[in-house]
Amino acid sequence: MPSNPTPVVEEKPVAESVETGSAEPREHVHAALTRTSTGNEDLRELESGLDSLQSDTVRKHRIDWTRILLPIAALVVLVLIWQFYVSLGLKRRDQVPGPLDVLNQMGVLWGEGKVQESVWTSLQRGIVGFVISVAIATPVGLLLAQVAPLRRAFGPLISGLQVLPSVAWVPAAIIWFGLTDATVYFVVFMGAIPSIINGLISGVDQIPPQYRRVGTVLGASRLQMALQVILPAALPGYLGGLKQGWAFSWRSLMAAEIIAVGGTIGFGLGSLLDQGRQLSDMAVVMAAILLILAVGILIELLVFGPIEKRLLRRRGLLAGSTR
Amino acid sequence: MPVVLEHLGKRFGDGAPVLDDVNANIGRGEFVALLGASGCGKSTLLNIIAGLEAPTSGALEVPSDGAAFMFQDAALFPWLTARENIELALKLRGVGKAERRAKAQELLELVHLGAAGDKRPHELSGGMRQRVSLARSLAQDRQLLLMDEPFAALDAITRDLLHDELERIWKETGRTIVFVTHNVREAVRLGQRVLLLSSRPGRVVQEWAVTEEHRTDAGLAGQLTGVITARLREEIRRHAK
Ligand SMILES: Nc1ncnc2c1ncn2[C@@H]1O[C@H](COP(=O)(O)OP(=O)(O)OP(=O)(O)O)[C@@H](O)[C@H]1O
Ligand SMILES: [Mg+2]
Repeated sequence: MPSNPTPVVEEKPVAESVETGSAEPREHVHAALTRTSTGNEDLRELESGLDSLQSDTVRKHRIDWTRILLPIAALVVLVLIWQFYVSLGLKRRDQVPGPLDVLNQMGVLWGEGKVQESVWTSLQRGIVGFVISVAIATPVGLLLAQVAPLRRAFGPLISGLQVLPSVAWVPAAIIWFGLTDATVYFVVFMGAIPSIINGLISGVDQIPPQYRRVGTVLGASRLQMALQVILPAALPGYLGGLKQGWAFSWRSLMAAEIIAVGGTIGFGLGSLLDQGRQLSDMAVVMAAILLILAVGILIELLVFGPIEKRLLRRRGLLAGSTR
Repeated sequence: MPVVLEHLGKRFGDGAPVLDDVNANIGRGEFVALLGASGCGKSTLLNIIAGLEAPTSGALEVPSDGAAFMFQDAALFPWLTARENIELALKLRGVGKAERRAKAQELLELVHLGAAGDKRPHELSGGMRQRVSLARSLAQDRQLLLMDEPFAALDAITRDLLHDELERIWKETGRTIVFVTHNVREAVRLGQRVLLLSSRPGRVVQEWAVTEEHRTDAGLAGQLTGVITARLREEIRRHAK
């Protein structure tokens, strides 16, 4: 308890009672107690003056070269360190190939058409698997986030599934589906779907409660609430879930391709990696790793990065971030 | 009578009642200011009238089509532009697509924001946001409009302007407005009737009529403000130890 609370209450209204005393009625007194403007035109003018004083002028966006040059510089530095390490000759050249060896190997593989084939096969599978995962996970996630008993029942299971490495499903999938594309897709689904669902649920959990109340007041039905209010409000979290879902499906895909080779399963990047291992050709292995990495980076830069930036900028959430 | 409150009571969990035996009648087309100290249950009462919360005792009569609501913070959806926010309200009300655009523009012009329709909430000033929010609540097209301290966070000049604006719109549209505030001047400036809500428990303890003379005569309005302020202070002092 504060020692002396009452005077605080006493002090403030004094200013108001002073004004009460000066009861000298005059025409057009511009005090807050009476009408302050002298008509609709006057009001409109004052308001537009305030509006132009208070609202942001929109800044034009220029191409920011540091965004392009800095990552390239970082890449060059890393390659130089790699080359320097190799030229020290601490390890046998066939165990630790230099950047040029890997580049040569990449050229050879390109000539054989293996780069194109494996990147295309994996990318196609990754994208198809991911799109199907999104189509399954989105309604399920919304349902779980909106219906409390379902959430209580299945929430822990979905979180658990996210922790379980999806590689663990490979043996089961091979037994069930044999060496077919179904195996690969199954593993991708088990990796991507739980993480998209979780992203969506946590996105929904972070919605300010005010938005739901606005939706209710505006008379939204349950479905309208989910589609017009909850989903767009949860979009930043949902996008985070999608990004993670993509990462999980790409990783699961590689794991499945490395383990499940042969049968009717086509030749993907994981298969290339496994081939390199069987031939003990480190340059092929490195080339495959770099390709897997490059696809991941490109998808982030060309797809998720721009979408996320646009989303945050439109909501005014980008100011002050280091993006 | 659009709103009738009879012996309304509300308690959260098993704490002390927040509202107890609230009685009020609000007529069609009336502008009622609901005044009370911070934390006395004004928002709770408004939420009950809006149907966002249920009373624990008593009965209330509200229009069957519900009420439009304007929140203290504008509560606009940040992923929509000003116009789209208004259009969403129209859409959820069932207005057809073709009509929505014209109606939204009309409402934007009503709050003097015809040119700012394509801006997003974060690009607008606080006062502009509240005007969009007002336009959105008008888009709901309900006879009853509930306002929960909508101008509390604004600077004095903007607030004075919005008072004029709100009065104009009230006269143009003939809405019934219940306006919650903890600011005595605001209550006197806007309300035709000022209801004072006591604190712990909240109950309508007194009411004053504000006439057209008070709108133009600062001295008269000042006097009334003084009287109401004194009564409010008395109410607050009751809780001092
Ligand atoms: N959901 C809730 N659960 C428990 N107590 C609540 C809840 N909502 C409000 N209260 C309590 O009810 C009382 C009245 O709250 P309310 O928000 O209605 O006050 P108010 O008059 O609107 O205050 P302010 O002027 O600060 O907006 C407060 O003491 C608050 O702690
Ligand atoms: Mg309140």
